[in-house]
Amino acid sequence: MAREYIDMNTPVIEMRNIVKKFGDFTANDNINLTVHKGEIHAILGENGAGKSTLMNQLYGLLKPTSGQILVNGKAIEMNNPRDAIAAGIGMVHQHFMLIQPFTVTENIVLGTEPTKGPALDMVTARKNVEELSRRYGLAIDPDAKIEDISVGMQQRVEILKALYRGADILILDEPTSSLTPQEIEELIEIMRSLTKDGKSIIIITHKLKEIKAAADFCTIIRQGKYIDTVDVEKVSENQLASMMVGRSVTFTVDKPKQEPGEVVLDVEDLHCNDYRGVEIVKGLDLQVRRGEIVGIAGIDGNGQTELVEVITGLRKGTSGRILVNGADVFNKLPRFGFDHGVSSIPADRQKHGLILDFSVEDNLILQNYEEQPYSKNHLFNREAIFAHATQSIQNYDIRPQNSERRTAGTLSGGNQQKVIIAREVQNDKDLLIAVNPTRGLDVGAIEYVHKYIVEQRNKGKAVLLVSFELDEIMSLSDKIDVVFDGRIVASIPGEEATENQLGLLMAGGKVNG
Amino acid sequence: MDNKKSVLAIISETRIIHILLSIILGFVVGAFFLLIMGLDVGAAYGRLITSVTSVKGISYVIVYSIPYIMTGLSVAFSFRTGIFNIGAEGQFVLGSMAAACVGILFGSLPSVILIPLCFIAAMLAGALWGAIVGILKNKWGINEVLSMIMFNWIAFYLSNFIAGIPAIHSDGTAEATKNISDNASTLLSKELIADLGLCPTANWGILVALVMMLIAWLIIDKTTLGYRLKAVGANKSAAEYGGINVNRSILTALALSGAMAGLGGALQLMGMGSRISVFSSQEGYGFAGIVVALMGCSNPFGVFFAGIFYGALIYGGSKLNLVGAPTQLINVIVGTVVLFIAISVIFERLKYVQIKKKPKAAAVQSGKEGAEQ
Repeated sequence: MAREYIDMNTPVIEMRNIVKKFGDFTANDNINLTVHKGEIHAILGENGAGKSTLMNQLYGLLKPTSGQILVNGKAIEMNNPRDAIAAGIGMVHQHFMLIQPFTVTENIVLGTEPTKGPALDMVTARKNVEELSRRYGLAIDPDAKIEDISVGMQQRVEILKALYRGADILILDEPTSSLTPQEIEELIEIMRSLTKDGKSIIIITHKLKEIKAAADFCTIIRQGKYIDTVDVEKVSENQLASMMVGRSVTFTVDKPKQEPGEVVLDVEDLHCNDYRGVEIVKGLDLQVRRGEIVGIAGIDGNGQTELVEVITGLRKGTSGRILVNGADVFNKLPRFGFDHGVSSIPADRQKHGLILDFSVEDNLILQNYEEQPYSKNHLFNREAIFAHATQSIQNYDIRPQNSERRTAGTLSGGNQQKVIIAREVQNDKDLLIAVNPTRGLDVGAIEYVHKYIVEQRNKGKAVLLVSFELDEIMSLSDKIDVVFDGRIVASIPGEEATENQLGLLMAGGKVNG
Repeated sequence: MDNKKSVLAIISETRIIHILLSIILGFVVGAFFLLIMGLDVGAAYGRLITSVTSVKGISYVIVYSIPYIMTGLSVAFSFRTGIFNIGAEGQFVLGSMAAACVGILFGSLPSVILIPLCFIAAMLAGALWGAIVGILKNKWGINEVLSMIMFNWIAFYLSNFIAGIPAIHSDGTAEATKNISDNASTLLSKELIADLGLCPTANWGILVALVMMLIAWLIIDKTTLGYRLKAVGANKSAAEYGGINVNRSILTALALSGAMAGLGGALQLMGMGSRISVFSSQEGYGFAGIVVALMGCSNPFGVFFAGIFYGALIYGGSKLNLVGAPTQLINVIVGTVVLFIAISVIFERLKYVQIKKKPKAAAVQSGKEGAEQ
């Protein structure tokens, strides 16, 4: 346990009576936070509870309306992140602050590049980065461009970036939202070894399991208000959840037994390459039937992302066959697949799922804008589009209400996801593909998302669920297919799977019997 | 989220107040230069205003503004669909030449057929010139801004080449094409011009510009086509995911934008010039279109008024030498206006910084001990 390293006498961070107002809206209402040296302190709250706002003030991105921030007992006025970095604070944001066309190395050293005379010394930079990545066990490809690497690797780059700047106090905003279970364990190990070195870590999260596994203390915030700071050892996950949401939360999904029907998605001997042109899906076979949820379990980078991209028409495969309701959608445009019954909740909701500069109502008709009643003879019917949005906002609990004409970019992550789900579920297609559908969402929102996915299954749709959350795969799937090295290596009925067995298979091991 | 916005997106969000402020500042800077030269600011700006406020002056302004409105619409349309059509210049030139060829070669056709034919030829030429750039972008990923700048020069020399073809070239000694047939002219009748006291080149091209303004607005704001084009402009990946054919949309946007610039060339020829000279330098209608689109906030209605304003500056400016002020003053004013519009984003930022600085005093007010459990 990390507990033994905590120096209770030295609060490294004290935030006193922090109030932050945006116009009439109070995002932080009198919040207190004390973090000691060597402590892992979790900040727990729902989406929009004000966790990120609080941390942005600590990192100098926002200024408190009132209140005081002390670092190592000294009141400090944070005017910008430079002040925070100078005070030894580092932050890894939930939405990555990376320059897409730059390489991993270039991003990590940005602002503190090693130089040789007037020239950049990228050789040294690359060496430093490799060393750092080895030391903390965060695997990266130092020469890959950010735009080409997976979300998981981007996250690792972000963490390395903060470490590279030698921060003593690390703020991690949803650091595990895109990591695999193994990577999360590794990260927890890293956090522990960092606290052993006398560093302190603040982790913003809504994953109760990780708080239980990693954090020493936890401060709970609900709707901008300070609720409590608790000793993590002394509370249960359920207690944490109800403090966060303000009501009791059910973790189990109600899923009636039902016999799957005929095959909707049939993938046969599929091959495709990744962004480097290296084969990543290597002869994959997969079937999803009506009325069942097939979960794909696997470590990021084993071809599951590319598999979905090929099925949805965003990536060209090299060979194979993909039948949806009997129609071959292999290497067809996305529209063809959509017309033949494919709908999907994409992995990257801001890149593929939404047009952030478009209004919510316009995003809700992304595939249907040419259909009645939204348009007729190529002319829009604004009332119908607005009415559709109003109804979707109501049925799918998208917040804030009356956000029909707000741009999608102004919604919180969870509500952006609800917009996508509202659209894809209402498309009413035979096949629903969901990729990490609850990434970055809080328990309340996860409950909704899971409910909608199971509802689709109950209505007789075929559901393909790709997720790095083993819990999610295990609680939702009727059948779990484990993907390793571009192939399905095992297929297990959902109720029989255990975490150990799956973990072993995902790592390429064999299970006896 | 803000850092994901393109520069174009920021520009198209520029608010009217910024535009007006920029225009005022442009005139202030212009006055400053007049003072340096020891000229009377009141006399110069007075002349500018009187020359565009008479009936004749107004008719001149309208006639002058037609090409600027058209290229402005063309560029604004491209802005709204996420492309920067810096190639309006070349599209304008070729549209003009296409109309000239039709107007010369089929001059015997009656006006009701010939004029629409000239319009169509010009729009096709402009659309083609835009579409080729789109094809280069889609097929080989060639940056559209670079290829459009080069295509402007290709259009320039192509126009000069066509002007030299015997069937097109003037019979006289002029380094220009033949005059287009009177049947292709959009000039108002001589009697009407005389009766109303209009300028000699008064033509009804402005009506076409008005119609194009409405069409551009309809496409952008009211149609599924506009939705598609804007979606591709705002987020290519999401548009593709949503089943929109991205390459085709880029091609369509460029072709439509090109068609508007091309039509502008035809209107200029058929209402003003009636023939095309062999160019020695680019005329700059397309580049002025960028200015007009900026001043019009990339909104078709805004562009219409910005085009009129630009036309007024150009025409009024040409009269400045009557009071001893250099006509180049207009270029100074226009340049300054554009500069201020371009940096108007900074006004917003400055405002933001001030808001952020406010709670300084409040930060120390509280001294209560933080909650410790």
